[in-house]
Amino acid sequence: MVLSDKLKMRISIILAIVCWLVLTYLDIFFLYKNPGNSQPPLLSRIFEALFFAFLYIYFRYAIVKAENFNFLDLLWRVFVTGLIATLVSLLITMSYKFFGNNTLLKSSLISNFFYHLNIGMVSTFLMSTFIIWKKLILYQKSKLLMQLWSLFEYSMIGALLFDLLGYQIPDPVAGAVYIFLLLQGLVLTFNLKWVAYLNFKQKWKSILFIFLVTVYWWHFLRLLMEYRNQPAIVDIFMTKVFIAAMASFILIYAIIAILVILFNLPTSSVFERKIKEAMDFQRLSQSIPAGQTEEQVYEILLDSSMSAVFADAAWIEIEAAAESKPITYYRNIEQAEVQEIKESVKNSTLKKILKTEFDQVSNPQKITASLKNSMYKTIMVFPVMVQNVQIGSLALLKEVNEGFNREMINIINTFVNQASISVENFRLINEALENERYKEELKIAKRVQKALLPENLNTEGIFELHAYSVAADEVGGDYYDILKINDEQYAFIIADVSGKGTSAAFHMSQMKGIFHSVARITTDPKEFLVHANNALSACLEKTSFITGSFFLIDSSTKTLRFSRAGHCPSLYYCSSEKESRYFQNKGLGLGIIRNISYSRYVQVNEINYSEGDIIILYTDGITEAVNANNDQFGYDRLKNSLDKRTDLPPEEIKQGIIDDLYQFTGLNNLNDDYTLVIIKF
Amino acid sequence: MTMVDIKHIVEEKIQIIEVSGDVDASSSIHLDNAMSKAVEQKTNIIADLSGLSYISSAGLGVFMSYLQEMENNNQQLILCGLNEKVLEVFQILGLDQLLIIKDNKEEARLQLDATV
Repeated sequence: MVLSDKLKMRISIILAIVCWLVLTYLDIFFLYKNPGNSQPPLLSRIFEALFFAFLYIYFRYAIVKAENFNFLDLLWRVFVTGLIATLVSLLITMSYKFFGNNTLLKSSLISNFFYHLNIGMVSTFLMSTFIIWKKLILYQKSKLLMQLWSLFEYSMIGALLFDLLGYQIPDPVAGAVYIFLLLQGLVLTFNLKWVAYLNFKQKWKSILFIFLVTVYWWHFLRLLMEYRNQPAIVDIFMTKVFIAAMASFILIYAIIAILVILFNLPTSSVFERKIKEAMDFQRLSQSIPAGQTEEQVYEILLDSSMSAVFADAAWIEIEAAAESKPITYYRNIEQAEVQEIKESVKNSTLKKILKTEFDQVSNPQKITASLKNSMYKTIMVFPVMVQNVQIGSLALLKEVNEGFNREMINIINTFVNQASISVENFRLINEALENERYKEELKIAKRVQKALLPENLNTEGIFELHAYSVAADEVGGDYYDILKINDEQYAFIIADVSGKGTSAAFHMSQMKGIFHSVARITTDPKEFLVHANNALSACLEKTSFITGSFFLIDSSTKTLRFSRAGHCPSLYYCSSEKESRYFQNKGLGLGIIRNISYSRYVQVNEINYSEGDIIILYTDGITEAVNANNDQFGYDRLKNSLDKRTDLPPEEIKQGIIDDLYQFTGLNNLNDDYTLVIIKF
Repeated sequence: MTMVDIKHIVEEKIQIIEVSGDVDASSSIHLDNAMSKAVEQKTNIIADLSGLSYISSAGLGVFMSYLQEMENNNQQLILCGLNEKVLEVFQILGLDQLLIIKDNKEEARLQLDATV
């Protein structure tokens, strides 16, 4: 069963109260039975020890975990607990004095009851303060410190048990135990690292609270002293080793803490500065959130730099900002004055930086200079670099001579570097987003282009066509298409735009437009190519051209008429001769001669085909594909690859040739577009 | 990255452009720069391609793109020293019908002397 902290707290406080009640009852009952005897029974002492223990446990849980507290809250708790305890004890004393004449109150039984009430109050104050001192001492834990503290706590438990024996100060044994505990406490009291984290105001408040703790302490001491003088008291509380050691430890720590805080008061501004620098640094380090701009980084840089080095004036100039318009911010200075200062700077490095012409890694020694003829006596200049290119400069001014020390230079250097990193990251993210957008666009282009290329075609049993096409980049310049002219005639084209990538893809789609319009007007291969050349002459880039082969398949006469426009020679398998060969005919690429003389270079061929004949059409990506040794796949390998498979259906021929090709090239990346089309009659 | 090395030698009456290495889509820019400068000079050009091991369609496009301008300038371009593969590429495209292709520089010079 696991008890929650809250439950443990409640149980321990209830047990503490019960122990206190039992203790009080036992003592008073004992006194009633044996009046005049001041030696309390062992049982009551055990309950007293238990009362201390449960009170300690209660405060352990009541006082929050170390991560969630701040020092002033802790000290405030000490102050409040002490105040309540003191007020209650004062109330007891006052009522005691008020009813002083009442005989009933003079009875030792009643005075002992009030005494026990006071013991409860003092114990509460001591225990809560002890726990809080513990939190403060253990603020910066080290292994040694933890061990020392555990030793101290175990010794305190030991003292609690020792007290059961009945020895009390000034008994020599009890004195020795007390001194042993005191020495341990003394060692621990010098852990005051938390003081460094207080700012000026907090330090003053802490002094006040701790001082009040000593006031309570003094009050309780006096109170107990008074009781000590009354002979009727059954239990001498304050000379118990446990109580005496704890009280002494609390007082010593309070006094030392007050002294240390006092001595630390003058340096608190330094700590505050460091904290502020760290915060500024963090602000600069944060990547620029969405919706914000680079400008904010420059402003933060300017303001934090100014406050970090107590500059009297400053400016920042960024020439190459993201929106490519220059950014300038001035603080406590006018633009005209900035111009004057810039002109008066003699140091060449500084001049370069101010003109955004700086190109080396900065040398922190030479970025400060003294100024003449200006109200400012010192200037410090930093180049703002992004990806090793200076994009601007930061200048800080001071009205005193040699106003910037080495540490200031280092701080500003760090600030500037961090700002540069932020800006660089910001720009890189934007670039990445832009690239991502382009990639998306290219994906769309790829989809669109894929739709431009037919995959399989229904040719009603005249022939069967299978194609394979892949681009080196997202989009490519390879094109093939088929158009049904009428029931007997089909026009077919394969084309390859020079170059690759996006520009080739645009020309490829132009070629598709030309094919679909011109092939409907004329099916004569020569006329088609001349028209296509005319059309392309007007729209192709100067250095671009398109190679192509145009075929007209006529199933009524079983003829194949074709012309080649500079395209790689088609491979033809003749089933009757059981032999394949490349067509050898003249031709010229489209767009190479952009006038009417093109027709001179076009030749038309005609052959008869029979069932089982195969045409292999491809682009130069296939024959020029290279393996690791830089050998090309070439015409012979392509021919061999076909010859092995002439009896297979076209889809398997296609797959076989592709397999051979990839086996040949191995893992080499394709560096051109590949297209392979198989037509089998 | 494929490397291309282009030398442009200007003589009294002719210019010689020596191309070696691979000319592909990216390196064709260098060839284009050299050709552009040579065409501006308006004297006849011998392109010595004996060191050329590969030329892509983009490289062919460079030679092709200056044909019209050279004709207007009355300039001649003679290619020489093409290896078998490179020659084949020119032939397939049909550029051998438009350009004069010679075996070596000497023959190219003779050809130019004969036409002048």
